Amino acid sequence: MRKHTMGLLAMAAASTLALSACGGAEVGGEPEGGASEGGDGITIGIKYDQPGLGLQDGAEYTGFDVDVARYVANELGYSEDQITFKETPSANRESMLQNGDVDMIFATYSITDERKEVIDFAGPYFVAGQDLLVAADNTDITGPEDLEGKNLCSVTGSTSAEKIKTDYAEGVQLLERPGYAECVTALAAGQVDAVTTDDIILAGLSAANGDGNLKVVGAPFSEERYGVGLPKGSDRCEDINAAITKMIDDGTWEELVAANTEGADYTPNADLNPPTPDACA
Amino acid sequence: MNDYLSGLGALLQQYDVLGAFWTNIQLTFWGALIALALGTLLALMRISPIASLRWAGATYVSIFRNTPLTIIMTFMVMGVWTALQIQLADNFEDNFFRLAVVGLAVYHAAFVCEAIRSGVNTVPLGQAEAARAIGLSFLPAARLIILPQAFRGATAPLGNTLIALLKNSTVAAAASVSWETSSTMKTMIEFNPNYLWEIFAVFAIGYVILVIPIGLLTTWLSRRLAVKR
Amino acid sequence: MSASVLFDAPGPRARSWTLAGNIVGALVVLAVAAWVLVQLDSKGQLEPQLWADAVSARTWQYYLIPGLLNTLRAAAFAIVGSIVFGLVFGTGRLSQIGLVRGVSGTVVEFFRAVPVLLMMVFFYGLFGQLLPGVGDKAFLAVVVALILYNGSVIAELVRSGVGNLPRGQGEAGLAIGLTPGQTLRSVQLPQALVAMLPAMVSQIVVVLKDSALGQLIGYQELLRTGQIVYSADGNPLQVLTVVAVVFIVLNLLLTVVAHQLSRLLSSRTAGQTIEGTGIGNPTAVAAGAGGTDKI
Repeated sequence: MRKHTMGLLAMAAASTLALSACGGAEVGGEPEGGASEGGDGITIGIKYDQPGLGLQDGAEYTGFDVDVARYVANELGYSEDQITFKETPSANRESMLQNGDVDMIFATYSITDERKEVIDFAGPYFVAGQDLLVAADNTDITGPEDLEGKNLCSVTGSTSAEKIKTDYAEGVQLLERPGYAECVTALAAGQVDAVTTDDIILAGLSAANGDGNLKVVGAPFSEERYGVGLPKGSDRCEDINAAITKMIDDGTWEELVAANTEGADYTPNADLNPPTPDACA
Repeated sequence: MNDYLSGLGALLQQYDVLGAFWTNIQLTFWGALIALALGTLLALMRISPIASLRWAGATYVSIFRNTPLTIIMTFMVMGVWTALQIQLADNFEDNFFRLAVVGLAVYHAAFVCEAIRSGVNTVPLGQAEAARAIGLSFLPAARLIILPQAFRGATAPLGNTLIALLKNSTVAAAASVSWETSSTMKTMIEFNPNYLWEIFAVFAIGYVILVIPIGLLTTWLSRRLAVKR
Repeated sequence: MSASVLFDAPGPRARSWTLAGNIVGALVVLAVAAWVLVQLDSKGQLEPQLWADAVSARTWQYYLIPGLLNTLRAAAFAIVGSIVFGLVFGTGRLSQIGLVRGVSGTVVEFFRAVPVLLMMVFFYGLFGQLLPGVGDKAFLAVVVALILYNGSVIAELVRSGVGNLPRGQGEAGLAIGLTPGQTLRSVQLPQALVAMLPAMVSQIVVVLKDSALGQLIGYQELLRTGQIVYSADGNPLQVLTVVAVVFIVLNLLLTVVAHQLSRLLSSRTAGQTIEGTGIGNPTAVAAGAGGTDKI
């Protein structure tokens, strides 16, 4: 009796372990593992789900944030194969920096006082503005004030929807989804009237998903200064700012913006761009 | 020490923790009610004389018991509401709340069905034979003889399903019910990492306080209601 | 089922009624399905391209399969850990020492009461503070939360497995001069473990389903990688359907395994084999629950 039991348990354990071993091996090809890995590499947090900014495209990563991250990492002395990209969803960015899951974040990360209490920022490297994405034939929404009584979608953990509710249209109804693609689907289906976030993100979304039936309203009503998220007390801020300044001065910045917003009918606000990095804390 | 206490006090005032728990309790209440009705119907189908109904009941259970609740919740918003345009209320809060209730109900109905079926299995053969012997057909036999005893026998697994439902109501976060406990706790931790333990303790103890009485009650009930044989 | 005692074998009239009912039922189902398809089509959701993108080789290779492997990896670690946790605390609850019983009982009851999602969120924050710069914290948090909950369920399985054995087993052990501890280890536990093996397989279903909660703390499991696919391709409904089907097929296979194991092993233990309910605490569904001799 006893032998049988142990045999069975051993079998169960062995098969589970085999399962886990095979899991571990194959996933090795996939970017994972923490900032500690290897010691001399760098782990950079990006979005995986934002066309034009940070997108996992098969085995590649594309978008403006990703390109800026590569440039800055090169300037910091990391070669291409020392960079590990990791997904940092909006709702997890602070925790992932605090946890040491990533060394820095380039993920449409607006510099705000609230966030500065828990993490540090370098940059900004881009200034976007909050805007609205609506159906192409929509004429009654021209700005955030028109959202009174309308339905609005935004992603979980971003503050852009709250801002509209408190500053512009108290009677707006909010839908929160984990990703913008779900918002765009709801907009295309007519269940929400608008999707709100930064104009450059909306431009990427309408270019990727729209088939020309969505448009960005084009009246940004905030300044979103995209910074490089760093853990509190990081010593990299000065070097990153120097890299950003160099990138703007040598014309790379402009090339990257143009390359990544191609086909989206979008030009960044020229009064605010390119920005000058803030002094480090 | 004073700073610590006032900081914690301010934190609990800033976020509506009790309101969040109230949301989960309401989700659980309505979810349980619908799941019980639907689950009983499914159990009836699974023991009914009609093969197609038995098949439909079994298929339902296989599908919903094996799908992660997170996916069902996402489907409620993206499939039922967005694609099929089924709106359960005019304002968003009620709408997503009700969609979450339906999501919880369709998922847990599969488990309610299995719980009742296990209760049916505690009913001795003689009871069913006696029911038929006095001329009852399927539905009257089920209603008068089998189900009342089956429910008594199923008290413990039904209680477990209710506890699971209460805890699973946190997954309503995936159906855009962002004011329930797990979302509230997540936001609180994100912006107050120094109070991590305290925040978790508040929510964990809240659930222990809710779950333990349900557990005790079902144990007591299942003993009290057990049919003496 | 034909041998059910709940109803007579249907006669000619009942059969024709059933046939008519089936036709009406089938028509209703078809009508609903047609309505759903028309609705989906009117929203452009039936575009072949959307479905093709959801099942393309590229989608599987770069997103769904790595995600599935992450799901399986978390589940594998969680199930091994749960078994260890369950054995330790399950036997703890059967201990002769009151303090050990009390502590084990408190631990098990606590972790069974707290929602897994809350534990994941908490451990994700905790590991961040305790282990700065170490490994994949979302993975660790998912695994630890799953172990604590499912381990507690298995601890209860161990306890009820021993409790369900005929009293004679324990008494026989004591009668031949074994201590209570020895009786537990060499007579009762081995039989209880055989009885609970099918339930443990069912518990893997719970672990697999709950691992999808990892999505909410950013663990790149199957559901999350699916979300990344539809961010680029704009096909949430289609991808979610594919992901759901993968989960269902996987879990159905496990359920079949659990059922077969239960039948196979029922002769190997003096207790009843337990299949597990796939939710909550699987004490009450004793096997035989397939119940051929009952209703």
